[in-house]
Amino acid sequence: MISLNVNQKAYQVDADPNMPLLWVIRDIIGLTGTKYGCGVAQCGACVVHLNGEAVRSCVTKVSRAEGQQVTTIEGLSANNDHPAQVAWNEENVPQCGYCHSGQIMSAAVLLRDNPNPTDEDIDNAMAGNICRCGTYLRIRKAIHTAAELQRKEVKS
Amino acid sequence: MQDISRRYFIKSTSTLGVALWLGLSAKGDTVKSLDPAIAENFSPFILVEPNGNITIFNNKPEIGQGTFQSIPALIAEEFEVSLDHITIKLTNGEKQFGRQSAGGSSSIRGSYTQLRKVGAAAREVFIKAAANRWQTDATNCYAEAGEVINRTTKASFTYGELVGDAAKLDLPKDPQLKDPKDFKILGKPAHRPDIPLKTNGDAVFGIDVQLPGMLYATVERCPVLGGTLKSFNAGEALKMPGVVKIAEVERVIGRYSSVGVAVIADSYWNAMQARKKLKVDWDTRGYETFNSSAYDEKLRSMANEPGLLDKKKGDVDSLTLKPENIIEAFYETPQIAHHPLEPLNCVAQVNGDKVEIWTSTQVPSSITGGQIDGFKPENVKLNATFVGGGFGRRLSVDYVNEAVSVAKQINKPVKVIWSREDTTQQGTFRPMTFSQLKGGFAENGELVQFEHKVISPSYSEANRKDFNIAKVDGTMVEGIGEQAYEIPNIKTSYVRADYHVPLGAWRSVTSSTLAFAQECFIDELANKAKMDPMEFRISLLHKPSDTKKVLLKLKELSGWDTPLPKGRGRGVAVWEFFAGLCAQVVEVTYSKDRSVKVDKAIVVIDLGEMVNPDNVANQVEGAIIMALGAATKPGITLKNGVVAEHNFYDNPLVRIYEAPKIEVHILTDGGKIKGVGEPGLPPFAPALANAIFAVTGKRIRKMPFDLQYI
Repeated sequence: MISLNVNQKAYQVDADPNMPLLWVIRDIIGLTGTKYGCGVAQCGACVVHLNGEAVRSCVTKVSRAEGQQVTTIEGLSANNDHPAQVAWNEENVPQCGYCHSGQIMSAAVLLRDNPNPTDEDIDNAMAGNICRCGTYLRIRKAIHTAAELQRKEVKS
Repeated sequence: MQDISRRYFIKSTSTLGVALWLGLSAKGDTVKSLDPAIAENFSPFILVEPNGNITIFNNKPEIGQGTFQSIPALIAEEFEVSLDHITIKLTNGEKQFGRQSAGGSSSIRGSYTQLRKVGAAAREVFIKAAANRWQTDATNCYAEAGEVINRTTKASFTYGELVGDAAKLDLPKDPQLKDPKDFKILGKPAHRPDIPLKTNGDAVFGIDVQLPGMLYATVERCPVLGGTLKSFNAGEALKMPGVVKIAEVERVIGRYSSVGVAVIADSYWNAMQARKKLKVDWDTRGYETFNSSAYDEKLRSMANEPGLLDKKKGDVDSLTLKPENIIEAFYETPQIAHHPLEPLNCVAQVNGDKVEIWTSTQVPSSITGGQIDGFKPENVKLNATFVGGGFGRRLSVDYVNEAVSVAKQINKPVKVIWSREDTTQQGTFRPMTFSQLKGGFAENGELVQFEHKVISPSYSEANRKDFNIAKVDGTMVEGIGEQAYEIPNIKTSYVRADYHVPLGAWRSVTSSTLAFAQECFIDELANKAKMDPMEFRISLLHKPSDTKKVLLKLKELSGWDTPLPKGRGRGVAVWEFFAGLCAQVVEVTYSKDRSVKVDKAIVVIDLGEMVNPDNVANQVEGAIIMALGAATKPGITLKNGVVAEHNFYDNPLVRIYEAPKIEVHILTDGGKIKGVGEPGLPPFAPALANAIFAVTGKRIRKMPFDLQYI
């Protein structure tokens, strides 16, 4: 049994310690917002936060997450109201939507570490997240919008 | 839907009174029913319940193109309800909802008037019901936000309150459609109701479906395309943790069939680990010596064959032009994968002669309409989900049939997931097309001769067992003989090449490659004529046409006549085909290290009418990113019969730092209604290559081309 804390909830899972966190989250715990896209840390659809840092859950062994804090898209905010989520809705970013859990989880870490990112900062931070529908211009715009929302939040 | 409709019907009659369904008959007349399950030839689109709940059914799969908003919007506009106050449901291939598929950029252009008519008829019947209650004339009433309001007394009834009365009235045959100037939804930027679900993990894609007792499977397929199973030893694999069963399973797609080995386990991870332990002997049927490089060489040599005539205008063969007035060029494009980010997957559960399917698909109607092998259509129940990208790959149902074959062998629901490597290596693919082009000028400088011969494998032959190869596969010469350019002598033809690899339409189909060849060659002709490429195109368009309109607009909006600084260049291309019409100017910067940066694409797309301009822009932006990848990233190649690429590290897609600025201008002059999803794609590669020519003088005739070193 492996003890995990996912979105502030404790789980005991019976899994091979080598099983990637992605499949534990999806198939055992049943949170399907985190997506499988490539399995080899190339596309970013599986990004979750491990103790607040973005990791690719498809190549993160579940044993590495034992006793640690895991946050998935479902746990990013209570009401779809993290500044990145609000901005993604405001800018109508997604098309098919499959990659955007990972995009938003990557963006959330960027926005925390760099509250005022430039286009270049965004391109660097988001380079590991593929969007096959090609919504990149909107992702850039939404991250600027989210940064602005975040600044307003801090002020108020 | 049978079940859902019955449930609604029973619920509403037993506790709340009558519920009303409104929709279309097979003839396209507006009709209504109290029970669509028993009404014949009835496609319901609206359900109004007495408690005021309104449901609108979206019968076009949501694959990212926005039908979850755009289809209901057509109805809601006329019915005078807000999309915020209704429930939208995806349909599941039920017969009564008509053709349910997403392809050919056809969702809106195919439904625009008909679905507005449904909404308008519904509005009129509810207004009439209210007018009767008030004993006033219908003209004294109007509908707004799900209510009918009495102009004189300001009294109002909700649609829910009127259901019982409305159900007794005849629907108008020819309801009055709204004047576009009164539109509240259509033509206005709107938020899509599926987006909130796609930012918090709530949206359910096929791969997310979970059922009690569900097992997982992965399939080892013959790495040599065209090969099949000879024998296998499951001994070691069976000993792996969680493995439940190992079974043979066939994949069939058009003429292609191959038997593989399915590993069924209690988790996808365990299934994948066990798959690595399989020992399989393949019958590679001679395909193990197949190499793409040799095949490409064969296609080049086939350019000498006359091929099959596609379209002919005038008579190119009778022309006697001076050799120095004729130019010829040969263009090549690669085979590529679709790569929807949601890997192929399907959940199936077989129960005797019945099967239930949960999957992401572009073609619900194919799944329920007889394409599931071994099951009668009425015994196939589909649960359609949001689709994590299609791009044509999910027009094929091979992965659905394969999952059903796995489920047949185990008495439980089973989810088959293709790994990214499976998706990259097993097809379907867009085939390569090679183009032989020829153009000639008369003594007076007029372009009088244009020939385009396409050499390629055939989509139709690959996908239809009954396809007659003695005829031109129209899909492979799509659009080339139908451009608006007024050239007196045109000949287009097709040379078919044998091919054994599974093929599937790729977003914008063959226009995604033929536009590159043809619109770059038009640029070559402009250069030969010593004319500006934009002016040259416009000079070939004397008659008024949508193409001419679009080019003139693009010329103005792109600032075409304003010279760019040294080191920068711009190119233009336009393409009209079955899906629609779009023209683009691409601007690039050329550096001393011979790299090219794509600065900007300026786009004019002609739609006639549109639903949601913000979504149109999103679609066009995405089409350009996809076109940029197809033009500049390595394609799919076979070495010794096996696809040489594996995953995104060696079959890369465009990433955020490569995305150029994109300006989208939409024309909606009420003319012929055209598609949105695909037309943004074909003009991009030729406009980019033409821009590179403008700044470097180098003519690019082969995709992919490397922007790092031109």
